[in-house]
Amino acid sequence: MSDLTVDAAAEARRLSRREFIKRVIASGAVASSASFVMGGLAGCAPARRQVSGAVERLVSINVNGQLRRVDVLPQETLAMTLRYKLGLTGTKLGCDRAECGACTVMIDGTTYYACSTLTHGVRGRKVVTVEGLRGPDGELHPVQQAFVDELGPQCGFCTPGQVVAAVALLQKNPKPSREEARHAMSGNLCRCGAYDNYLNAIMRAAGNLTEIHHGA
Amino acid sequence: MLKDMMPHFDLYQPDTLEAALDLAARLGEDGWLVGGGQDSFDWLKNRTRRTSAVIDLSGIAALRGVRVRDAGIEIGALTTLTEIEDDAVIRSRYSLLASAAGRVASPQIRNAGTLGGNLCQDTRCWYYRGGVDCYRAGGNMCYADTPEGQNREHAIFNASRCVAVTPSDTANALVALDAQMVIAGRSGERVVPAAAFFVGPDIDIRRMTVIEPGEILTAVRIPATWSGAQFHFEKVADRTTWDFALVSVAAAFRMEGEVIRDARIVCGAVACVPWRVTAVERALVGATRNAATADKVAQLATGGARALNFNQFKLPLMENLIRRAIRGA
Repeated sequence: MSDLTVDAAAEARRLSRREFIKRVIASGAVASSASFVMGGLAGCAPARRQVSGAVERLVSINVNGQLRRVDVLPQETLAMTLRYKLGLTGTKLGCDRAECGACTVMIDGTTYYACSTLTHGVRGRKVVTVEGLRGPDGELHPVQQAFVDELGPQCGFCTPGQVVAAVALLQKNPKPSREEARHAMSGNLCRCGAYDNYLNAIMRAAGNLTEIHHGA
Repeated sequence: MLKDMMPHFDLYQPDTLEAALDLAARLGEDGWLVGGGQDSFDWLKNRTRRTSAVIDLSGIAALRGVRVRDAGIEIGALTTLTEIEDDAVIRSRYSLLASAAGRVASPQIRNAGTLGGNLCQDTRCWYYRGGVDCYRAGGNMCYADTPEGQNREHAIFNASRCVAVTPSDTANALVALDAQMVIAGRSGERVVPAAAFFVGPDIDIRRMTVIEPGEILTAVRIPATWSGAQFHFEKVADRTTWDFALVSVAAAFRMEGEVIRDARIVCGAVACVPWRVTAVERALVGATRNAATADKVAQLATGGARALNFNQFKLPLMENLIRRAIRGA
C-alpha cells in the first residue's frame, strides 16, 4: 500500500463517503484518476504516441468562471471531465446517450448534453454547471430558490439539469409563457413526473405568478 | 447501459475545410466525420461501431451560417438545427425547413446537432443499430422483415431486402424545396439534387447517401423556386420530444389565387429515402387547395405500398397527414 493510499484510508474514516470521493477527485490526483475511474471498464489505451495533427491532451477549459487545467483524453466527454476530473458532481449522468437531460450544462449560454459533448470541443468557450449558479455568498440562484419554494424536485436526480435548462431559458426569454417553458424544458426527463412542479417553479422565478397551477 | 469512456480514438479538430479534406483523404474509412456528434457518439459508446480516428468538423467557421446566394440561400452544413429554426430569412421564405428543424429530437440536441449531421445520420432500425449482421451491416438477412420481426417503424415503400427508413426530418423538407447538396472532395466540388443525394437499398444497401469516403457535405442550397410558397410540415411520433417520425409530411404549394400551380409532397419514415408522392403532386396541379381536393387525392399516396406485419397503420396515417397538409390542417 502506498503512502497515498494509507493517508486516503485514514481520511476516509473522518469524512463522509461523498465528501471523500469529491476531495480525491478534486485533489489533483488526476493522473491516476483516469485509469482508476475509466481504465478498467473502457479498456482505453494508456497514453499513446501523439499522432500528428491530433489534439494535445493537456488543455485549459473555462468552467464556472475559472480556468481549469486538466488532462483530457481525445474521446472524453465533458460530463466525464466535470464529474471525475474536476469534482463537479452536480452534473449527473443519467442515460449517457443524449436522451435524458440530467447532464445539461450551459456552454456560452446555450444548453448542451455534457454526456454528448467532447471536452476538447469546449476549449475557448465558457462552461457553466449547476455549481456555477450560486451567488457570491453561496446563496441559491433565484431559479433554485423557486424550485425549492414550489417543491420542484421529487427524487432530485434530474434537478441539476432542470435548473440549468431553466436558467438558460430565462436568460433568453425572461417572461416565458407556461407553454414556452414546457417547450424549452422538453429536453429534460423527470422519471418522477414532477414536470408541473418544475413549470410552476419557472413561472415563479419569472415572476409570472398567475401561471402557477397547483393541483385541484 | 455502459456509462464509461468511448473506446480510444485519435481526435482531429481542423479549422479549415482544406485541412478537413486532407485528413478525410488521408484517413479514408478510418476517419469518422462528426458534426454535432449527437448520433455518432451513441454508436461509439455502444461499441456497435468503432473508429480509430474522429474528425470533428465543428470548428470550421466557414461551414456555418445562412447566406443569401443568387435568388435563393445557402446554408453551411455545420449550421445547427436551432440556428435554422431561428433564422429570419429561413422563417420568412422557407418556413417549411424551419418547422422541420424545430421538430428534431430535443432542444439540447438541436443546439448541438447540425444540418449536415441530420442529413447524413444513419438509420434507426434497432436490429441494425444493435449490431446484428443484417444486410445493411454486410450480412445476408433482414431481422425486421420476418414473421416475428418488430417492424412497426419500418418501410412501406421501396424496400429491397432492407426495410429501414430515413430518420431525418430536415431531409424531407429539403427534397420538397428542390434543394441542392454541395459535396466537397480533394478533387473539387460536386452539386447533387437533394432527391438524388439519398440512396435506397436497391441502389446501395450499405449506405444512406451518395457521399464517398473522403468527401464532406459542406452546404445546402435552396433555390428561389419555392420561396414564400405555402407550406405544411407535420410529424407523428410516439413522443413529441426526442423521437423519430412514424410518418411525417413536408408539403409545399405554389398558388395562383385559390388554385395550386405546383406542389411537392414528401413523406418521411415510409421508405429508406425521403419519399416524394408524385401521384398526389400531379393530381394537385390545377386543383383548389381545400378539403374536397384533399379527400379526393390523398388515397393516391399509398398506391404501391407494401406494409409489414406491424406497420399497417402507416398507410392511413400517411394518407391522413397528406389530407391535412392539402387542406391546411
